Amino acid sequence: MTEPTYASITRDGLWTNNPGLVQLLGLCPLLATSNNLINGLGLGLATALALTASNVCVSLIRNVVRPEIRIPVFVLVIAAIVTVIELGMNAYLHELYAVLGIFIPLIVTNCNLIGRAEAFASKHSPGRALVDGLMMGLGFTLVLVALGGLREVVGQGTLFAQAHMMFGEAARGWTLHLVDNYRGFLLAILPPGAFIGLGLIIAVKNVIDARLQRRAQHSVVAEPVAAAG
Amino acid sequence: MKLRPILITALVLLLFTVLGTALVAFTYNNTRSVIEANARANLLQNLNTLVPADHYDNDLLNDSLEVTDPNLLGTDAPVTIYRARREGRPAAIILAPVAPDGYSGDIKLLVAINADGTLAGVRVTAHRETPGLGDGIEAARSDWILKFTGRSLADPDEKHWAVKKDGGVYDQFTGATITPRAVVKAVKKALIYFKHNRQTLFADAQPPAAEAPAP
Repeated sequence: MTEPTYASITRDGLWTNNPGLVQLLGLCPLLATSNNLINGLGLGLATALALTASNVCVSLIRNVVRPEIRIPVFVLVIAAIVTVIELGMNAYLHELYAVLGIFIPLIVTNCNLIGRAEAFASKHSPGRALVDGLMMGLGFTLVLVALGGLREVVGQGTLFAQAHMMFGEAARGWTLHLVDNYRGFLLAILPPGAFIGLGLIIAVKNVIDARLQRRAQHSVVAEPVAAAG
Repeated sequence: MKLRPILITALVLLLFTVLGTALVAFTYNNTRSVIEANARANLLQNLNTLVPADHYDNDLLNDSLEVTDPNLLGTDAPVTIYRARREGRPAAIILAPVAPDGYSGDIKLLVAINADGTLAGVRVTAHRETPGLGDGIEAARSDWILKFTGRSLADPDEKHWAVKKDGGVYDQFTGATITPRAVVKAVKKALIYFKHNRQTLFADAQPPAAEAPAP
């Protein structure tokens, strides 16, 4: 099997095959925790870490595990890694754990991890699996941050609220109040806002893709004409 | 399919199960004491925001008892009560009652009551109220919850221990009355519980090391 280039892995994770916008995997935590930017960023980073670690492990053991039992073994690997991350964070990064604690066990149920283990890591070298995990995780984080930011701006009129929970007391002043005396738009914060927001973001991505495609076709068509002229 | 491949497959699966379990067990063992210390430090810090550390001199976390009173404390489960003492005399208690009638389920509280029956402070520790409407009960979002400090069953009197909409003295939120109403009710019940049990709460087990002789 030919190995994909690092560039194409990166492009896949961040855009072409983005887990949040194209594969639509891991929607449960994505929709549940993206009610502000900081929550989105927190879950995104934790997922990226777990995804990268599980990808590398799965890739390392890919030649030992027989196909019949690969799924249970992957599940086992993912569950063990996520539990170890959770315990480690609780012990040594307690402040951060106090914020992200509830999201961490959710990562086990994130289909992204088993999906990437099965579709990519089990077929490619550890180096590529690492980059794939990083980029898929980063792509997921970007969607979470965009959706969280969107819902926070529309719902509360702020950005970076509660940043101190993640970045310490110094970040308490980071909160941007974009509109004075904003009354809030509750729908954006409640679960329906997550679905509507994600739908809008996917629509924007599709519009951009369609434009790019049309331009590509134009240039293909245009070239011979230019040559003839 | 022959037996040999099946056995090998089963063994590989077993191997990974053992490895995974060992990894988790190893991490658990190595982090347990740190995690427990963190949780205790966290709890003590929360308790100290209600009853400052210089108001008592006993080992607050180890001077606790568990009580059950579904009617006044809002939950069937045992509620932990921490007892703060100063020079062997009761200083305050901190208990964790539940307001069972929030807008979306239980609201968990931490209520600190001074020995004289006044409130040392109230905090919400967990809730699922509507963001932007009912979550003003969090100290981080508004100072509403701080208004309880210094109040007692005598101030305001029984009839006025309610939100303004019900003829009481406590503000409700715009668009959210149920949440503050539930919290006010739970705090009032906690005070009533303290009034009924004040003698027994400090009387039993774990007496201060050097009990002053009766005059």
